[in-house]
Amino acid sequence: MSTIELAGVTRWYGTVVAVNDVSMTIGPGVTGLLGPNGAGKSTLLHMIGGFLAPSRGTVTVGGASPWHNPDIYRTLGLVPERESVYAALTGTEFVRSTAKLHKLPDVGAATARAIAMVDLAGAADRRISTYSKGMRQRIKVAAAMVHDPAILLLDEPFNGMDPRQRLQMMDLLDKLGAQGRTILFSSHILEEVERLSGTIQVVVAGRLAASGDFRAIRRLMTSRPHVFGVRSSDDRLLGATLLGRPAVTGVELTAKGLQVRASDYGAFCRELAVLARKHDIRLLELLPSDESLESVFAYLLAS
Amino acid sequence: MSGIYHPTVASITLRATLGRKRALLFGLPAVILVLVTLAIKAAHPATSGWVSGILGDFGFTVVIPLTALIIGGSVLGAEIDDGAIVHLLATPVRRSTVIMTKFVVASALTMLLAGGSELVSGLIATGGATKLAMGLFVGALAGSVIYNAVFIMISAATTRAIAVGLLYVLVWEGLLANLVGGVRILSIGHYSLGIANAIAHDSSLHAGLSLTTAIVMGAVVTVAALGVAIQRLASFSLRGDAL
Repeated sequence: MSTIELAGVTRWYGTVVAVNDVSMTIGPGVTGLLGPNGAGKSTLLHMIGGFLAPSRGTVTVGGASPWHNPDIYRTLGLVPERESVYAALTGTEFVRSTAKLHKLPDVGAATARAIAMVDLAGAADRRISTYSKGMRQRIKVAAAMVHDPAILLLDEPFNGMDPRQRLQMMDLLDKLGAQGRTILFSSHILEEVERLSGTIQVVVAGRLAASGDFRAIRRLMTSRPHVFGVRSSDDRLLGATLLGRPAVTGVELTAKGLQVRASDYGAFCRELAVLARKHDIRLLELLPSDESLESVFAYLLAS
Repeated sequence: MSGIYHPTVASITLRATLGRKRALLFGLPAVILVLVTLAIKAAHPATSGWVSGILGDFGFTVVIPLTALIIGGSVLGAEIDDGAIVHLLATPVRRSTVIMTKFVVASALTMLLAGGSELVSGLIATGGATKLAMGLFVGALAGSVIYNAVFIMISAATTRAIAVGLLYVLVWEGLLANLVGGVRILSIGHYSLGIANAIAHDSSLHAGLSLTTAIVMGAVVTVAALGVAIQRLASFSLRGDAL
């Protein structure tokens, strides 16, 4: 009931292809849909959320097509990107109304639980028009979660949030994912996805450029060297030794230690330890300096 | 399963509609009609030849459609424009229920304001609860309903609902329906006049349609417009923001 499946999904607007032949399966846990602005993330989320029909291919949520199927919202919660909510309502009224629209048996309890979950009980009786951006996002999440759905879609949920609000939202999504729900969120901010999600779907120019654990994806990209920062008891000796190894394509001695470029992530890590022991060099720090999503992203964009 | 009317949708719609700044405009055409009536009545207290022109022609082809346009546009079009509608649509409530409930809310508000102003103006203009005043009031109520069905359809079909609606009111209802005889059969203003005249029996109303034609055509237009609106909302799509 909590699996999202896309098979050969294409969506075009006139002559513009927004999403091109995307296939993916998303199960329980937190998954980040990553890509630059205009990559097709929102288009994908809108198709999954039942607000857009694919031009070609199939989208199923819990085995059912979401298009023209309002019943899908019994198991799906949607947090749209746009900030607009019914600003004339209070937070409680908004969430309570959503609970009534879902015909929940205990509207009051569901409303209180959803508001407590996003930690907005203190401001729940204020009009939404007085809320900050972060509070609006959280009340939207509360409304989307009031019927306890197995799947939650969030379009750019961290937009406009300050760092503290981001952390709160990340913790909340972490928690929801750990409960076995399928949480799919889109973002163009690499750190958000890196911090929150082990699994990513990278969308570039409407195509699925990569899928899976982001570090594993990075390791698969063998055509581009990995960069490591290394500090040791004898950087000069270690650098000279490393240069002789086939897995190492370049070494630079800097004030902060060595910058090593390796063509094979696994082989370099294994050989470094062996060489250090052989030459009696003490390793102080080993930092994969280009393991951030930014480098993954830049590589994918360039290719 | 939801019926055709959902009290929660109605409550949200009413709160959201009245909470917008645009709500200040809802009563403006109605107030103008009453003020114009008061002014003419004060200037010509003994004559009544102007009543059908002001309350019939001006009221049915300008005041009621403008009120319905502002209200009908607010209950759906404004929510589509700012994206708030997504919160309503991302629930198991049928989209036909959303349309019908919004139609009921918009019609009730329009009947209250535009119908109310026709009644008050009619009472002032004719000096009491005359057949003409009652006929204009009932015609206004019917017009409020039919106009709202059309403006809700326009709101569901286009993102430029107010502009399209204004064009329709000014060109179709205001100009063509009064200049081209055949257009009356497709004019909501003339449906209202036909219904008003069935009660008032007043030849000065320039009613070009019989009561039967007005009711049948009014019902056909209402049902067809709501049908299109439901179909459009059922296929409501969000586009990717970068496109």
